[in-house]
Amino acid sequence: MAIVLEMKGITKQFPGVLANDNISLDVREGEIHALVGENGSGKSTLMSILYGLYQADKGEIYVRGKKVDISEPRVAINLKIGMVFQHFMLVEPLTVAENIVLGSELKRGPFLDYDQAVKEVERLSASYGLKIDPHAKIEDLSVGLHQRVEILKALYRGAEILILDEPTAVLTPQEVDDLMEVMRSLRENGTSIIFITHKIREVLAISDRVTVLRRGKKIGTKDTADTNAQDLAEMMVGREVLLRVEKTPAQPKEEVLQVNDLVVKDSRGSIRVNGASLSVRRGEILGIAGVEGNGQTELVEAIAGLMRPQSGQIMLSGKDITNWSPLRIKKAGLGYVPEDRHKRGLVLDYSIADNLILGLHADEPFCGVMGFHSRKAIMDNASKLVEKYDVRPPYPQQRAGALSGGNQQKVVVAREFNQDPELLICSQPTRGVDIGAIEFIHQQVVAQRDRGAAVLLVSAELDEILSLSDRVAVMYNGRIVAVLDREEADEQKLGYLMLGGSLEDYKAGGGNSHVG
Amino acid sequence: MWDIIKLLLNTTVFAATLRMATPLMFTAIGGIYSERSGVVNIGLEGMMLIGAFAAVAVSYFTGSAWLGFLGAILAGALMGFIHGVASIKYRANQVVSGTAINIFAGGLTVYLQRLIFNMAGVSPAVPRINDVTIPLISKIPWIGPIIGKQNPLVYLALLTVVISHIVIFKTVWGLRLRSVGEHPRAADSVGINVYKTRYVAVTISGALAGAGGAYLSIAHLSRFVEGMTAGRGFIALAAVIFGKWNPLGALGASLFFGYADALQMRLQEIGIPTQLVQMLPYILTMIALAGFIGRAVAPKASGEPYVKEG
Ligand SMILES: Nc1ncnc2c1ncn2[C@@H]1O[C@H](COP(=O)(O)OP(=O)(O)OP(=O)(O)O)[C@@H](O)[C@H]1O
Ligand SMILES: [Mg+2]
Repeated sequence: MAIVLEMKGITKQFPGVLANDNISLDVREGEIHALVGENGSGKSTLMSILYGLYQADKGEIYVRGKKVDISEPRVAINLKIGMVFQHFMLVEPLTVAENIVLGSELKRGPFLDYDQAVKEVERLSASYGLKIDPHAKIEDLSVGLHQRVEILKALYRGAEILILDEPTAVLTPQEVDDLMEVMRSLRENGTSIIFITHKIREVLAISDRVTVLRRGKKIGTKDTADTNAQDLAEMMVGREVLLRVEKTPAQPKEEVLQVNDLVVKDSRGSIRVNGASLSVRRGEILGIAGVEGNGQTELVEAIAGLMRPQSGQIMLSGKDITNWSPLRIKKAGLGYVPEDRHKRGLVLDYSIADNLILGLHADEPFCGVMGFHSRKAIMDNASKLVEKYDVRPPYPQQRAGALSGGNQQKVVVAREFNQDPELLICSQPTRGVDIGAIEFIHQQVVAQRDRGAAVLLVSAELDEILSLSDRVAVMYNGRIVAVLDREEADEQKLGYLMLGGSLEDYKAGGGNSHVG
Repeated sequence: MWDIIKLLLNTTVFAATLRMATPLMFTAIGGIYSERSGVVNIGLEGMMLIGAFAAVAVSYFTGSAWLGFLGAILAGALMGFIHGVASIKYRANQVVSGTAINIFAGGLTVYLQRLIFNMAGVSPAVPRINDVTIPLISKIPWIGPIIGKQNPLVYLALLTVVISHIVIFKTVWGLRLRSVGEHPRAADSVGINVYKTRYVAVTISGALAGAGGAYLSIAHLSRFVEGMTAGRGFIALAAVIFGKWNPLGALGASLFFGYADALQMRLQEIGIPTQLVQMLPYILTMIALAGFIGRAVAPKASGEPYVKEG
């Protein structure tokens, strides 16, 4: 197969970080080339250079045999290179069709030919099986659909080399399957795809070759057929990685969290949690499985005091904490790793050290007499946690926003876990996090359980739910529809329940038929 | 009771409404271009004032009010461009830059006024843009007295609103403008020049504010009075928000504020304090911002300088 793209000796220095160190990569026509590596290993940087958003300090790029100078995205687009970014690049108040044609519009004089744009989107969406309403506004669509729009955007520009930067991180399992279908059909049409992911399962399932980066350097490229999960994990992390969670059976004690008949409405007034009840005991991990958007977020935010429940009751260690303020709930023993670390977990413009005392900022030893902060206490705390939780690079003074996604997550985890909470809520704790860090975070969750915390885990990843939980609750349509012991739960059964099937039907053999 | 209703629906009040709304329309539309591109323009007030002065100065020296109007547009555009350089190139805080322009404009116009005309407070009378009577329309009952005989700038302002609506929502440039103000990085990633788009938008913004100022000095009056904008730039800004960053919305808001303005003299006659009526635009803006009249959502990147990385 012909080589369509060659990057040679790409080097990129950011202040203090050598993000890409002499990396070479070649991509063949019609192949899916996986690009993997830990958080901060330089994947997004390398692809941003290819797309013209960053300029390499050194190195050359050849497209279809010709040396090119990609000084800005426009050049990449003309070379038929398309990119779907890790953080989507969509304009929320505009429609799907407007977003897709933006920058390469169909014109009638100075006017936008919107009808033609809609037709074009419909044509593309039909020929690749990417169903979408061209008139819908981006802000009204789910993340999975956003991604679809991004892919259509690249295809509309005639992309023959398509970069997908962590496209699966925010998708539900069903959406991941759909995406893989699309990727296969694109490959059949001769499109080359560079596919960035942290999930080894996906690499093995779909890629033809895989390139591994570690700390800015290329470790190697292999045919996917010649490798396996353990091998890839080791190449990525540079040591042996446990792909399973090691834990002893749970020793649950008394109930720490009780939620009774909780009803929560969102800001638009629609009911998101509709009479949910559950309990979590000291020394166990209760996992909540469910397709995203079935009320998990609101349930958790209500427990944390960030949303006000309509009715119902929340008890923490025997105290009724319903309608308490978030700070008061935190003081009563809640540790909370929120699903959106940017919105809820960190102040990106603060240093790592300051982020590590959020919520504790008014307490001893960080806050002394007269309300002045003790820099020394804050820095000591930071140095200790940065080391213990392996935040990289380990500079407490660094702005949190400059960390890679996985390392930002470690900062949140470090702060919340270090307070030895009675109740620990972890929402999507490993989203966008590399396998080394996943292993670490999982070990810490189990350690918290064994210390005696009650752990409530919410995850869209069934794998994560199944490997960590001692009991599994399934949430559907704002309700907890089933609670299973870990031994009773398997992927198929949970999948059935998550889509609205009932346990009785499943036992009656409904598990083999399809639920809609 | 009947008297009040007659007063509220009076054709002379409506005609005055249009006149009072005209400078607001020009300036608010200017504000929309700027804000839609992601640049907050607090400096509208100052740009108006400089436009008002430039109109009088050019009209004085050339003897042509229309050349004066052109001069106001150019002077406003220059101020807009300067605001652009400060906030786009040098990434200055846009509120600070705009405020600086307001203070600068106040000082500069007073200085030039005394330098050129050698008079304190007001300039001599200069040629003004005269009202026109539209033959057929002026004969229509009720409508005629309102829109049949007005200043040409009144019609031009209305035309500006309509054209801007089309430019912003129907043209390719308008689509790009909106994308730049909402998500500049996304616009950049599809090859749109964020900086250039913003420069063009703020410059247009200044030009229109200049036109708004010119209306005050060489259409409404025929001379420059120090500080004559008297907060209208801020009311225009309020109209931008109240009109939800839409030209037609801003038109509605300008007309409404103009109506309040036109009414206030009459209301005084029946004993309602003027100050109360003057507060109206601001109170309404706060209500709009608080979300009582649907959602008033600013362009997301408004006020944030764009920094290209790497
Ligand atoms: N604009 C920037 N300025 C400074 N440093 C940066 C910038 N972008 C990335 N870096 C640094 O460069 C390194 C590589 O980052 P990059 O985003 O390429 O990693 P990645 O492999 O995509 O990680 P992840 O899997 O978390 O997305 C990291 O250490 C990161 O902190
Ligand atoms: Mg990345």
